[in-house]
Amino acid sequence: MHELSVTQGVLDIALEAARNAGAARITAIDLVIGDLSSVVDDSVQFYFDFLSQGTPAEGAVLHFQRRPAQATCRDCGHVFTAQIPLTLNCPACGGSHLSVSGGREFRVESIEVDDESNG
Amino acid sequence: MKVTVKQNILSANDAIAAANRARFDEAGLLAVNLMASPGAGKTSLILATAARLPEGVRMGVIEGDLASRIDADTVAAQGLPVTQINTGGGCHLDAPMIQSALTELPVPDLDLLFIENVGNLVCPAEFDLGEHLAVVVASAPEGHDKPFKYPGMFARADVVLVNKADLLAVFDFDMEAFRRGVAMVNPDAPVIALSCRSGLGMDAWMAWLLAQKAALTA
Repeated sequence: MHELSVTQGVLDIALEAARNAGAARITAIDLVIGDLSSVVDDSVQFYFDFLSQGTPAEGAVLHFQRRPAQATCRDCGHVFTAQIPLTLNCPACGGSHLSVSGGREFRVESIEVDDESNG
Repeated sequence: MKVTVKQNILSANDAIAAANRARFDEAGLLAVNLMASPGAGKTSLILATAARLPEGVRMGVIEGDLASRIDADTVAAQGLPVTQINTGGGCHLDAPMIQSALTELPVPDLDLLFIENVGNLVCPAEFDLGEHLAVVVASAPEGHDKPFKYPGMFARADVVLVNKADLLAVFDFDMEAFRRGVAMVNPDAPVIALSCRSGLGMDAWMAWLLAQKAALTA
């Protein structure tokens, strides 16, 4: 539900990176988002199309690289991808001592730009 | 051409959060970001905590809600310095809101600041306010499955409180399952069952909180 402020953050970071690179136009933005971060991809693209109007990022495509969270069973050592809602028991041994890590990524990884000289 | 960026999406918020934290450190106050569902008992916890503070520990409060001054008025009636943020539909507090709200509070005179976030187990988890401690309040009527459904929130907690613990049996709340869920994403966070209404477990919570306060100013 806070995708508007998240999207504004993405746009600001991308525009600054483009300025620093001397680029005239941003064609794509690569985002790395962990599965445990509460962001809805379609919603971010929707806000982005609106917020980026009239900026060098207008028309840029957002690429979401989703990073899964990983669950490890402390009973049998089985490692599997964790999805929400988290499971109470290990799918391999049924054990109930699980630990979940990762899935919290939330960054602008890179941008694709057109060089100034190419127009 | 590809330009590498690798910057946290909320870095603008995080920079202001760092400034807030520096301000708290300068004033020697412990700042607490209180997060929970609507109705879990955030305001009740603030009142019950204030009532049990040792003599001379001064506490201020920032109330966050979509609308209304109901919580701020309740807290002010107890004689605590308080300011209300209305987000007008916004689902969380962010660091700039806290920065503005601090102008309404006697920050240098405070030892403890409770920031009551908007009732929501999703969005507030993403936004650093500059707090020292993230306190997540669950409650018996919500059920024991919340850490499994909202892992992001429970992963962020420095302590997890289970309020309305005098009613655990009424709501078939399985404390063992709840603790497992918290441990899964956050093995170091203590879980304290308490009741703001009956006072059950409040001693354990106050001891934990005051130990954190002592560690900060040591």
